[in-house]
Amino acid sequence: MSAASPSNIEKHTIAVLVDNEPGVLARVIGLFSGRGYNIESLTVAEVDRRNNLSRITIVTSGTPMIIEQIKAQLSRLVPIHGVRDLTAEGPHVERELALIKVSSTGERRIESLRLADIFRARVIDSTIESFVFEMTGSTEKLNAFINLMEPLGLIDVSRTGVVAISRGTTRF
Amino acid sequence: MAAEHMLGAEMILKALGDQGVDVVFGYPGGAVLPIYDAIFKQNHIRHILVRHEQAAVHAAEGYARSTGKVGVVLVTSGPGATNAVTGLTDALMDSVPVVCLTGQVPTHLIGNDAFQEADTTGITRPCTKHNYLVKDIGDLARMLHEAFYVARTGRPGPVVVDLPKDILLASGPYQAPDTVQHKTYRPQVKPDAARIEEAVALIAAAKRPLFYGGGGITNSGERAWTLFRELVRMTGFPCTLTLMGLGALPASERQFLGMVGMHGTYESNMAMHDCDLMIAVGSRFDDRVTGKLNAFSPGSKKIHIDIDPSSINKNVRVDVPIVADVAEALSAIIAGLKAKRWKPDLETQAPWWKEIERWRARNCLAYEKTDKVIKPQFAIERLYHLTRDKEIYVTTEVGQHQMWAAQFFKFEKPYHWMTSGGLGTMGYGLPAAMGVQIAHPGALVVDIAGEASILMNIQEMSTLCQYRLPVKVFILNNQYMGMVRQWQELLHGGRYSESYTDSLPDFVKLAEAFGAVGLRATRTDEVDRVIKEMLAVDKPVIVDVAVDQMENCFPMIPSGAPHNEMLMGPGDKRQDGSVPEEGMVLV
Repeated sequence: MSAASPSNIEKHTIAVLVDNEPGVLARVIGLFSGRGYNIESLTVAEVDRRNNLSRITIVTSGTPMIIEQIKAQLSRLVPIHGVRDLTAEGPHVERELALIKVSSTGERRIESLRLADIFRARVIDSTIESFVFEMTGSTEKLNAFINLMEPLGLIDVSRTGVVAISRGTTRF
Repeated sequence: MAAEHMLGAEMILKALGDQGVDVVFGYPGGAVLPIYDAIFKQNHIRHILVRHEQAAVHAAEGYARSTGKVGVVLVTSGPGATNAVTGLTDALMDSVPVVCLTGQVPTHLIGNDAFQEADTTGITRPCTKHNYLVKDIGDLARMLHEAFYVARTGRPGPVVVDLPKDILLASGPYQAPDTVQHKTYRPQVKPDAARIEEAVALIAAAKRPLFYGGGGITNSGERAWTLFRELVRMTGFPCTLTLMGLGALPASERQFLGMVGMHGTYESNMAMHDCDLMIAVGSRFDDRVTGKLNAFSPGSKKIHIDIDPSSINKNVRVDVPIVADVAEALSAIIAGLKAKRWKPDLETQAPWWKEIERWRARNCLAYEKTDKVIKPQFAIERLYHLTRDKEIYVTTEVGQHQMWAAQFFKFEKPYHWMTSGGLGTMGYGLPAAMGVQIAHPGALVVDIAGEASILMNIQEMSTLCQYRLPVKVFILNNQYMGMVRQWQELLHGGRYSESYTDSLPDFVKLAEAFGAVGLRATRTDEVDRVIKEMLAVDKPVIVDVAVDQMENCFPMIPSGAPHNEMLMGPGDKRQDGSVPEEGMVLV
C-alpha cells in the first residue's frame, strides 16, 4: 500500500447510477464505512422514474490507489448501473445548495443583507430579527458566505451536499 | 402460456427445483412453517435438519465446494437468521455460492419489534454478496432466480432472500428461470486482447517465473483447472498454490512447490520472493500470502487474472491486470503462446530450477521423529498414506492442524479440500464434512480437527447419526488452541492466556453418547491401527489422537516479516529476536 502523505490525497466527485430500491443507499454507505473510505458529502435522489433509477453523488478523498479501489468496489455491487469519476473524466460542473439562517439586528442585520446581495443569495424568509438566505454555488462559495455570516448572527445552516454533472453531451 | 398460480411456499420449492437444487440444509421455526409444510408434501427436494443454523450454512458451503453447485440454506427469522451470519461471512470471504432463505415476520409487522424479528437484510448486507427482501408475491419467483444467478455468476458468493410469512401464504404467478434477466449484474468474463498479448510477451521472456494459483481456479470450474494444468505443463514453470487453491495442480507433480504463504513451504516462499515474473491466477494477494507488503516480491513483474476487478491492485500493484474468468484468460494465453510457436527454453530455465531444488533440499517440513509422543505431523502423514488408494474428501477446522493438513495432505484435484481460509472459522469442518458427505454419499469424508475447534459445532454429531453419514472426525488433541498458543509463545513471551482447553470431554464417550463410534490413540504405535479401524467403520466416528502439546507449525513468516525471513524451526528466531511494531498489530 502506498504511503498516504498529504500530497497524494486527492478529492474526487463520483456519480453512481443505482436501482431506486430500498436498501441500495444503505449498501453504498455501508461499503464506504465498512472499508473505511471517506465520505465528504453525499446526495441522492430519483432521476429516472420510468427506469426506476436514482443518482448518488459522493465526494470522497484518498490516494489514487484508494480511489481506484472505491470505484471498483462500487462497480461490483449488484444494484449499480454505472460509476463515473467526474473528477478524473474531465470538465464537469458541481453545485451545492444551502439555507442559511442569520439572526441579528441593527448594523449586523444590514451588513448580512448587503453581503447576501453581493453573493447573490436570495432571502426566502424574514422576520424583524432574522433572515433565511438561500444560496446555490460551488462548495467554496458557500463556505465563504457562511464564514462571513458567523460574526453577523449565523444560527443554523442546512446544506444539500454536492451534485455534479459532466459538461457537454455525454450521457451518463 | 398463462403463468401458473401458486402459494408462495410452493413457489419457493418450484423455483429451487427449477434451479437444480436437490438438497436444502435448514432448521425450522415459526416464520418458515409454511415452507416446511410444503417440504413435507413433496419428495424431490431433500431437507437435512441440522442442530444449529451456523452449521446449515457451513454444510451448504461444503456441499458447494465439493460439487461446484450452489448450496442452499433454509432458516427461520430472528435468531435463525442471526445464527447464519458467521456462515454467510465465511462464504463471502471464500467466494462460495450459497443461497440462504431466511424467514421474516409478516410485512405489516416489520419494524415493530415483533417476536423473532431481526433486521435480517440490514444485518446481512455487509456479509453477503447481495440480499433481497420480498415485499410482494409478484416479485418472489424473480428474486429467487436472481439470487441463484448472483450467487453463481462472476465471483461466487452468498445471497440472502428474506421471506416475510404473509408472502409465503399469499398466492401469485410463477416465473420460470429463463424468463428472468438481471438488469445490471453482468461481470466481464472475456479478457482484454491487449492485456493477453502483454501477458504472453512476459511469459515468453521470463527467466525466473512462478505460477501463483488460488481458489478462483476451483471456483471457475473444471475447464479452468484443466487449462491451468495445460499451461503449467506447457511452460514447465514452477507453480505454487494458496490454501484455497490446493489441488488445482496435482501435488505429486515436480513443478508443484507446495503451498505458499505464512505457513507455506520454504521453496514456495523463496521462489515467490525471488521470481522475475509472477503469474497470479484466481488468487487475491491475501495478507497471509504476501507477508510484508513493501518487501513483497520486489523484483518481479506481476500478471493478475481475476474475475473481480476490485481484487486487482487492491494490495499489490500489478503490471498486467486481466479482468476475466480464469478459463477464458488461460485459454487466450495458451492460444497466444501457441500462435508464437513458443517453446520453453530449458537452458534459460535451468539456473532457476537449480536454485529451487536447492531450496527444496532444505526439507522445510521435516519434524522430529520420535516414539515418545505422537507428533501431529506424523498423525496426518499416516492418515494420508493409509487413504491414498481411496477417493478422500478432507475438511478441516482452523488452527495448527489446518496448516499441517495443508502441508502434509497431497491433493490431486480440486473439490476434495474444504477449509475456511479467509474468515478462519473454527467449527467449520464438521458441518462442512456433513455437506460433502451428503453430496457424495459413498465417499470417504474426513474432518481433520483440533479439540478446541470441534467443540464449536459438536452438536452436528446428532445430524450425522440421524442421516447415517459416516464422516470421520480426526481430532489432533493437544489440549491447547494450538495456533493461539504458538503466537503467544513466539510473540507474547509464552504467556498462555486463555488458550488451554480445560475440562475437555472424553471424546470417545461423547461419540458414543451421540450414537457414533469413538476411538483413541495415545501412542505412536497405535496410530496406524486406529486409523484403519476408523476407515473400516461405516458409521460416524470420532478419533481422539493425543498429540504433542508444544509442537509449533513451521515454516512461519511472522507478522510484518517479508518472505525471505521465515522461521524454520523451534530454534529459529528473527535476527534480533524481536517482531517489528507494525507486525505486532497484525492479526
